[in-house]
Amino acid sequence: MINRESGVFQTSYQGDMAVYPLPLAKIALGLTLAALLLVPLGLAGNDHLLSILNTIALASIGAIGLNILNGYTGQISLGQGAFMAVGGYTAAILSARYGMPFWFGILAGGSMAALVGALFGIPSLRIKGLYLAVATLAAQLIIEWTINHVPWIGGGAQSSIYVDSPRLLGFVFNTELRRYYLILVFFLLAYFGAQNLVRSRVGRAFIAIRDRDVAAEIIGVNIFKYKLLAFAVSSFYAGVAGALWTYYLRIANYENFTLAVSVEYLTMVIIGGLGSVLGSVLGAIFIKLLPIALDLTVISIAKNVFGISYENVANFLANFQLLVFGALIILFLIVEPEGLARLWENVKRYFRLWPYSY
Amino acid sequence: MAFFLDLITNGLLVGLMYSLVAVGFVLIYKATSIMNFAQGDLVMFAGYIAAVMLGLKGMPIWLMVILLCAGMVLLGFVLERGILRPMVGQPLVSVIMVTIGLSFVLQGLVTIIWGGSTRELPLPVRVAPYTLGPALISPINLVAALIALLFLLAFGLFFTRSRLGVAMRAVADDQQASMIVGIRVSRVFALSWAIAGLAAAAGGIIWGNMLGVDRLLALVGLKVFPVVILGGLDSIGGAIVGGLIMGAVESVASGYLDPYVGGGTKDFIPYVLMILVLFIKPHGFFGHETIERV
Repeated sequence: MINRESGVFQTSYQGDMAVYPLPLAKIALGLTLAALLLVPLGLAGNDHLLSILNTIALASIGAIGLNILNGYTGQISLGQGAFMAVGGYTAAILSARYGMPFWFGILAGGSMAALVGALFGIPSLRIKGLYLAVATLAAQLIIEWTINHVPWIGGGAQSSIYVDSPRLLGFVFNTELRRYYLILVFFLLAYFGAQNLVRSRVGRAFIAIRDRDVAAEIIGVNIFKYKLLAFAVSSFYAGVAGALWTYYLRIANYENFTLAVSVEYLTMVIIGGLGSVLGSVLGAIFIKLLPIALDLTVISIAKNVFGISYENVANFLANFQLLVFGALIILFLIVEPEGLARLWENVKRYFRLWPYSY
Repeated sequence: MAFFLDLITNGLLVGLMYSLVAVGFVLIYKATSIMNFAQGDLVMFAGYIAAVMLGLKGMPIWLMVILLCAGMVLLGFVLERGILRPMVGQPLVSVIMVTIGLSFVLQGLVTIIWGGSTRELPLPVRVAPYTLGPALISPINLVAALIALLFLLAFGLFFTRSRLGVAMRAVADDQQASMIVGIRVSRVFALSWAIAGLAAAAGGIIWGNMLGVDRLLALVGLKVFPVVILGGLDSIGGAIVGGLIMGAVESVASGYLDPYVGGGTKDFIPYVLMILVLFIKPHGFFGHETIERV
């Protein structure tokens, strides 16, 4: 069978060490990639669905970044939104004021965010756990405040900076579909980049720090260096996501990077599964689809059962979303603390010996 | 100078009100090692209930206070039992997330039930300010400070004189050792949440009166972090001193700097101070420094 280890004989170390050692995994990967490339073509013109896909892909990049820091290195961060803001505003300033191309804006945004993230990561040398969570909370609030009160950074009133659609060699990414492919490239880079990172020497060091920092130090992991690196890498992801988000919306606005957004990313990572790259993506899908699904159900129930029009239910809806969101976080943490990634593992494990599981 | 004194006095008074919210926070952290990100939302929730009850016809204020305190204590018990006990042994970030989830639930709940508009929470207190030398002090600040002091005094007595209070301190110090000497640790956990509910009730009445009751009242919870970090996460005395310092610093800074930066210093300076404290003295002034042994 193609989905089992038995019968699959690796004859080289490379084959044995591969990210996807089983034939089924390779096929599934190929199919997924093909679907990611081709399905949106069929959706061309359906901007609503495409925009959902884009949002999910963008959120996944940020969530993967946070998972590297939180799930793999064990450092809690409540500042992911702010680091996204650093990337987003850096890109917007470079593009809108200095006419830099978008790829430069994204790189610069990521680097700037990495720098700022590492700066706020410095306290992690001395403090950990809850104290660190509070330090990153301060980072979030300070960065948010700076954007709102320093006109050169935030663009003055409304704290927003407009940018043009990204263009590359004369090709303008001005439709939802074109932007999808742009974002997809970065999403794939982020996904496979992270998957390889966590298997590398650096990733092993991260995990060692997470599991027992003292033990990690004793076996020769330079804790300070790797903690800062984790902050930098994670913030780089956040910065890239923020910059892309800015180019996608063609506006940098702090409302997309508030504390609530940071918490949302933390939720994605936790619901998806701490310490799982795939989990980050699953979490992003779940968290981004949840409000949409909720909207549809509530509106249809209101209309068909109670005969209430959308206008009257809109206010209720926002609060109901908040309520369900919070309740789901609590429920998930109590019932399945290891998240969606664990559920997926369980499914795979079930089918591993299926149908002869005894 | 007069301006400075005015700022300091009012800052200290507001600081005491911060301390009140911070005490609930510190209590939970001390006894259960959980950082409660929903403390501000508990305050908001209490504020809403107080405002709604006062809105009822013929409800005397003393009855409202008693009902509110009872209700918040009960809520504390329920929360501990229902959502925090299952989280024992989970990673820190999960426990934090549970309290954040709780804060969402509370915020969603109050607005669904009572609407999003700001409610007033009138207390029978004089509005016109007293003059004390150069400082203008509004009576409500004074009352609030008084309530805060009373509460803090009561907590102090409770922790040093009563059996339960001593048990709570023992649990905070070493959970296993207290289990061995026969303290019911789970009961102490529940109790600390109940007391935090009580502190939230007091905070809800005072802050609700100051700021008006709506969802933004929960933001008071964010202000608590600088206070407790400054004083030390697990020190009740630290929460008081931290509150006083933070109140004074915030008031003075916003008095002198606001004209230059266009307002909002209040929401900025505390966090900068907090980061500095974390750099220099991570466990605050009175916090218990954990020493790791291999």
